[in-house]
Amino acid sequence: MTEEIIIAGFGGQGVLSMGKILAYSGMMQNKEVSWFPSYGPEMRGGTANVTVIISDERISSPILNKFDTAIILNQQSMDKFEDSVKPGGVLIYDPNGIVRHPVRKDINVYTIDAADEAARLGLSKVFNMLVLGAFLKLKPLIEPEYMRKGLEKSLPMRHHNLIPENEKAIERGKQLVKLEHLMN
Amino acid sequence: MKDIRLMKGNEAIAEGVIRAGCDGYFGYPITPQSEVLEYLMATKTKERTGMITLQAESEIASIHMVYGGAACGKRVMTSSSSPGISLMQEGISFMAGTELPCLLLNVVRGGPGLGTIQPSQSDYFQAVKGGGHGDYKMIVLAPASVQEMYDFAKLGFELAFKHRIQVMVLSDGAIGQMMEKVELDEQIQRLTDAEIKQKYPWATTGKTPDRERNIITSLDLNPVKQEIININLQKKFKHIEQTEVRFERIMCDDAEYLFVAYGSSARICQKAVLLGRERGIKVGLLRPITLFPYPSKELAKLAKQVKGMLSVEMSAGQMVEDVRLSVNGAVPVEHYGRLGGIMPAPDEVLNVLENKFIRLSVNTPRLCLGIKKIL
Repeated sequence: MTEEIIIAGFGGQGVLSMGKILAYSGMMQNKEVSWFPSYGPEMRGGTANVTVIISDERISSPILNKFDTAIILNQQSMDKFEDSVKPGGVLIYDPNGIVRHPVRKDINVYTIDAADEAARLGLSKVFNMLVLGAFLKLKPLIEPEYMRKGLEKSLPMRHHNLIPENEKAIERGKQLVKLEHLMN
Repeated sequence: MKDIRLMKGNEAIAEGVIRAGCDGYFGYPITPQSEVLEYLMATKTKERTGMITLQAESEIASIHMVYGGAACGKRVMTSSSSPGISLMQEGISFMAGTELPCLLLNVVRGGPGLGTIQPSQSDYFQAVKGGGHGDYKMIVLAPASVQEMYDFAKLGFELAFKHRIQVMVLSDGAIGQMMEKVELDEQIQRLTDAEIKQKYPWATTGKTPDRERNIITSLDLNPVKQEIININLQKKFKHIEQTEVRFERIMCDDAEYLFVAYGSSARICQKAVLLGRERGIKVGLLRPITLFPYPSKELAKLAKQVKGMLSVEMSAGQMVEDVRLSVNGAVPVEHYGRLGGIMPAPDEVLNVLENKFIRLSVNTPRLCLGIKKIL
């Protein structure tokens, strides 16, 4: 099993930390993992993206241009990464702020209203965990107990009291993910 | 239980030097390697092992602080990225002239000038052919994973003191910034002053009555003496060429075509090898781990076996010169590179290999079939 994922959105949405939690959890479950961020001008405002690979085998290239799953959280990233999903792959996006929806028919498209839900909960910081929940519903690669270990490892000790809230958000994300259309 | 962590390349080498018993780090921040200094500061090296971590006022100051520490027999290092390493060249040349051991880390970004902060491999010539003045070489290690960033801290110090030479870890923005699993090993104790005195009799540790004064200088105005110094340096470099070559062969045993790549390019090529095998192309990868000394003999051997070599580097074609020198015209050697911080993709380099070598030659029917499938 090898799962190659791109997570892309605005800086500040928690794109990089979501990738880190996913990678850490994978590692705790004894998988091979890699996490390769955009660290360029993007990080200083604008778009941010991260490539995460979770695999049972040694990972060859951490740098990729085709992905099994794309998690897309803004319009710029939709424009940039829709084409990079492998045929038969998965695209998950939050329709909030998206004006041009995905058009490809050879991939499976899902939506998650994570921004709306985070606003409703009054917890903007769990936005990325809602999205992560959507991903885990579709690709149950990581067991919940290892997700917890991943959260413990990636969050600084002073934020460990927030772990239950994050776990709840992941569960909520699993419920919220909706099928847009399946590949033809 | 083993201590396994998910770390950035830059953090891994910082942890690596602490555990390798480093005495001092002197550096000045620059993207994409600032995490080295940040990590060392955050982990409080002084409290942990007694290691000094100091932010100098500039790169030029950093390298000369390293010069001073190394002259005292201490395990010292600096790190920077391309423009900062350019500033350090004078100090590096002086250390070559005085045979002072040290660890240098270059997390390469695109140039020339300030260039970009994105990954590149365009400092190969500077690292391997001598970026400063004078006839000298450094041992150059090219990590291709976060684990190797960690491992080469210890290896780098070992080689530096074994040969009294500067060791450069030539990394790049991608290896520095990405996170992978790292297995950490035990803390090596820093040497005591008495141990340094005993192990490194050349070091300026304070004159004792039973020996001559140790003088660390690269200056000798007598050309006869200066030539002897130079000849001895060259002997040392020759010896290193004979004893310290390191490389990794990936699917080379039955390879008909070969990628030659180091660092993050090697990772990309590793994936391209897998993709190529899926397409029925017998392709392998030779990954130089030491760039000086270069695995020339291994490439010459492989030249008898393969039909063509593609050197893949994020530069306009630097390492390819060493590949060509190694195979000496035995097989065609081509170069493919991306510039200015762009990284090639695995299928991109595989397509180049096919275009350069396979589509032109119609050697075996099996390969033709493979091509038809792609077209």
